[in-house]
Amino acid sequence: MATDSASDGPAARKTILKTLEFDTRLLGMIGAFVVVCLVFNVLTDGRFLTPRNIFNLTIQTVSVAIMATGMVFVIVTRHIDLSVGSLLATCSAMMAITQTQFLPALGLDFGNPLIAPIAIIVGLATGALIGALHGWLIGYLSIPAFIVTLGGLLVWRNVAWYLTSGQTIGPLDDTFQLLGGIGGTVGTTGSWIIGLLAVAAAFIAIVQARRAKIRHEFPVKPLWAEGALMAVSAALIFGFVATLNAYEIPVRVLRRSFEARGETMPQGFTEAYGVPFSVLLLIAVAVVMTLVARRTRLGRYIFATGGNPDAAELSGINTRLLTVKVFTLMGVLCALAALVASARLSFHSNDIGTLDELRVIAAAVIGGTALAGGIGTIYGAILGALIMQSLQSGMAMVGVDAPFQNIVVGSVLVIAVLVDIIYRKRTGEL
Amino acid sequence: MAARTDTPLVEMRDVSVAFGGVKAVDHVSIDLYPGEVVGLLGHNGAGKSTLIKCLSGANKMDTGEILINGEKVEIHNPRDARRYNIETIYQTLALADNLDAASNLFLGRELITATGLMDDSRMEAETRKVMGRLNANFKKFKSPVKALSGGQRQSVAIARAVYFDARILIMDEPTAALGPEETRMVAELIEELKAQGIGIFLIEHDIHSVMDLCDRASVMKNGKLVGTVNVADVTDEDILGMIILGKTPAPAS
Repeated sequence: MATDSASDGPAARKTILKTLEFDTRLLGMIGAFVVVCLVFNVLTDGRFLTPRNIFNLTIQTVSVAIMATGMVFVIVTRHIDLSVGSLLATCSAMMAITQTQFLPALGLDFGNPLIAPIAIIVGLATGALIGALHGWLIGYLSIPAFIVTLGGLLVWRNVAWYLTSGQTIGPLDDTFQLLGGIGGTVGTTGSWIIGLLAVAAAFIAIVQARRAKIRHEFPVKPLWAEGALMAVSAALIFGFVATLNAYEIPVRVLRRSFEARGETMPQGFTEAYGVPFSVLLLIAVAVVMTLVARRTRLGRYIFATGGNPDAAELSGINTRLLTVKVFTLMGVLCALAALVASARLSFHSNDIGTLDELRVIAAAVIGGTALAGGIGTIYGAILGALIMQSLQSGMAMVGVDAPFQNIVVGSVLVIAVLVDIIYRKRTGEL
Repeated sequence: MAARTDTPLVEMRDVSVAFGGVKAVDHVSIDLYPGEVVGLLGHNGAGKSTLIKCLSGANKMDTGEILINGEKVEIHNPRDARRYNIETIYQTLALADNLDAASNLFLGRELITATGLMDDSRMEAETRKVMGRLNANFKKFKSPVKALSGGQRQSVAIARAVYFDARILIMDEPTAALGPEETRMVAELIEELKAQGIGIFLIEHDIHSVMDLCDRASVMKNGKLVGTVNVADVTDEDILGMIILGKTPAPAS
């Protein structure tokens, strides 16, 4: 049996893609993303694929992408969460008033290094508590998730309003703002180091997966295929770092920062942004969530429950508690997204996160998460968020009128799901 | 069948289950000895599935008690049942269609590495071993089980029950969806498990399977136990009479 290959069909023709064991669906989504980018690049006379725009696109995607990873778990377990935008607003409000009102009242002045961590912990706790409450109402009291989170959409939006009396709260703590995007980047050298570490991690992961297969005498890919996989991942990682490192800080911004330190800027001095902290946060979230989905019992139970809730129950899985866990995780991710979103604005505004629930659900669904449950990937949801954001900002750059922008995004959502259904029928997944 | 004096493996005493006003199971007592196959028979809605689900932890009983090896036990959920080495093969198979064979086999009891992560390759290796014993033709280890045939899915469900050292096995119409070849395979497996001293409750509609496989048969009708007979002492006509008319044959115990 060990000699039998990993392919299922008795006479499966081995194409190059099959040998590489690439995910064809992932390739399709990357293809769609590349097409979107190239089309906008032509329409904007090359302004779309500049380091500057790619940088902006990346930091604009982070908040929605973070929540979309959690939405994958929610939808996989056959639930929905309509409240994420409002939850984001409440978490953002809690973090904003913690750092501008509560902590200063306790004697921690502006600029105190404890302000940012305490505010973040308060935000995360708020998200976790509200998420757990949603999960308890859905799992233990059997109220449909649609209703609980529809109520939550109204409740938490207005709790945020009440907490802040509808006012904009800012400026936020300087350390806190580092996670907003352009305000906090690791610089060129740091970015290359991170890139190197990422490539090393990818290589180790590939080697270990191969070793585990050999240890159990499972069929393995030919060595050249593993090598190609390593080369592609290294190229992607270094390409991404190089692009972000190519976006140079404008001269006037640099000159101002030198002046602030009482120095004069040397002639011809340049510096680039590199990878933003918020993007590192998103990457960390993506890695952790992928690990949870694929390698932990929690992830296995999430997918099993989505595939067949009765079977999960009969296998001894506590599906009610699982619902609480999934929504708690969603709440924590909303808090992280709130951190990034408010830090990017440098203040909390009353309308922060409005309509984010729809963007997040759309990102997850465009990324291949099936509303029937049981199917979905973390990388898909992040790619989905990136595709949505590219469409939106690309159209804005081209100068498409606002109503048409939303008409296009809405249509793309429906068409993407249709394409996914056709793809699944062809491959027999449905 | 001579060892009737020792303690039964399972004893369900005076079990009642009501749904709303309907008594689905009405004061029924059954028992099972090691190395024995007891058939549970009756029409649809006679209450046999409801009764047996109390043992597998999927249903709660209103009254009655369960004894395992003579000791009273509390079974409130499937996890409790698994703790007493009670394994169930459900008629619906209870498989998560989107997961592969190994994930289903170990569902709820995943093997983990020292780091706390799941050990997928070890689970797949174990699955290959047990499937090699049960159904040597099984090759689709990487596909989600929804891509498998009825017989292959059945093998996964059976593998899950036998892999974890079951001492008490509940099979709810294990051959209903199977072709003749696979039915024969299940029959051989039941013989093998019996020889290992495992006690089996077999819910079955096909009277020929009952005559072939079971040592005793307990027949239910309208939630009540009609009677329990030694299969060797009666004819299939007698058993059909019990199922249809609720009539106990004269010489029955």
